[in-house]
Amino acid sequence: MSILHFFRRPLALAAGRERPAAVARERLQILLAHERASAGQEGLVATLREEILAVIGKHVMLERDKVQVTVERNGEISLLEIEVEMPPQPRAEMALRA
Amino acid sequence: MAKVVVVTSGKGGVGKTTTTAALGAALAQTGEKVVVVDFDVGLRNLDLLMGSERRVVFDLINVIQGDAKLAQALIRDKRIETLSLLPASQTRDKEALTGEGVAQVLSELRETFDWILCDSPAGIERGATLAMHHADIAVLVTNPEVSSVRDSDRIIGILDSKTAKAERGERVEKHLLLTRYDPVRAARGDMLKVEDVLEILSIPLLGIIPESQEVLRASNVGCPVTLNAPESAPARAYADAVKRLRGETLKVTVPLPTRVGLVSRLLGRRVA
Repeated sequence: MSILHFFRRPLALAAGRERPAAVARERLQILLAHERASAGQEGLVATLREEILAVIGKHVMLERDKVQVTVERNGEISLLEIEVEMPPQPRAEMALRA
Repeated sequence: MAKVVVVTSGKGGVGKTTTTAALGAALAQTGEKVVVVDFDVGLRNLDLLMGSERRVVFDLINVIQGDAKLAQALIRDKRIETLSLLPASQTRDKEALTGEGVAQVLSELRETFDWILCDSPAGIERGATLAMHHADIAVLVTNPEVSSVRDSDRIIGILDSKTAKAERGERVEKHLLLTRYDPVRAARGDMLKVEDVLEILSIPLLGIIPESQEVLRASNVGCPVTLNAPESAPARAYADAVKRLRGETLKVTVPLPTRVGLVSRLLGRRVA
C-alpha cells in the first residue's frame, strides 16, 4: 500500500464521490420501498379490477381483458390508473342510457 | 414443545447450510435434542458439511413416499449424541416433495426432538416455501451485500404472508444472521455496516458471523465449525446466536480472531 492511498480517500470524498457502502444503502432503501409497496398491492389491484369489472359490467358488455388496473408509485404520489376499453355501441342505446 | 426453525435467505451461497450445521451442533451440545433437515432435494449438501455423506441410506423423500420409516432415514451424529440429520434426496425429482408429506414428517419429528432445523434451498420455489411453511422461527442468513439484502427482504415478505403461521394470523419469529462480515471493510465504507442492514430489514439481530478461513476448513473436513474450531471467531459467534435462540439476552459483538491486531480491536466494539 503506497502512501498515496491515504490521500486518495479524502480526495474522492471532496470530489463528491460517495463511499460504496453508502451508495449501496441508498440504492437498497429506494428499491425496497418500491418492492414492498408493490408486493402489498398485488392483492389490492386484483380486488379493484374485479369490482370495477362488476360495476361496469352491469351496464356495458365488457371483455375481461379490456380492463386494466395499475398502481404506479413515484416518490410521494401513487397513481391509480383504470383503463376500460368499451365496445362500440349503437347510438340509440347510448342515448337511452344517458 | 418442539420448535421448528427454518434457515433461509433467498440468495444462494450466503451460508445457509454452514449455518444449519453450526447452529445444530451448538444447540445439541447444550443437551437439547436436535435434528437438522435438508430440504434441498436434488442438491443436498448438509450431509457433506455434517460429515455424514457416506452414511446416507434413506432420505426425506423415501420417508414421504413411504419407502422407509423415519427412524431408518435419521442419521445419528457420531460426535454429539443428541444430534441427528435427515438428508434430502440426491436423485429424486423436486416434485416428490409434497406439502402433506412435509407436514407429516415434521409432526413426527416434533414428537422426538426439541429443535427441528430446516435447511432451505436457495430461491423461492417449492423446496424453499415448504421449508418455511411450518416454521415457528426463521433465521435469515444475509451477507452485507445488496443482492443478499434484497432477497432477504423478499423472504421476509413471504414469511409474513404465506406460511402456516401467517395463514392462522400469527407471526413467524424472524432473526437476522449476518454472515461473512468484515468489520475492517465495513469501517472503511466499502461494505454495508451491521446497522445499515438492520435498519433496512428491521428484524432483530441474532448474530454476526465474521468472514473466516475456519468456515472453509470446517466444511473441508465435514465437521460443523462450532465443533471443529470451537474457539474460533465464527464458532463463538454461532454459540452466542444459539444462546439467543434459547432466549438468553446477550449483547451482540463482532467476534474477533484470537490473534487481534490493533485496528480490529478498535473496530470490534459493540454494535447493537
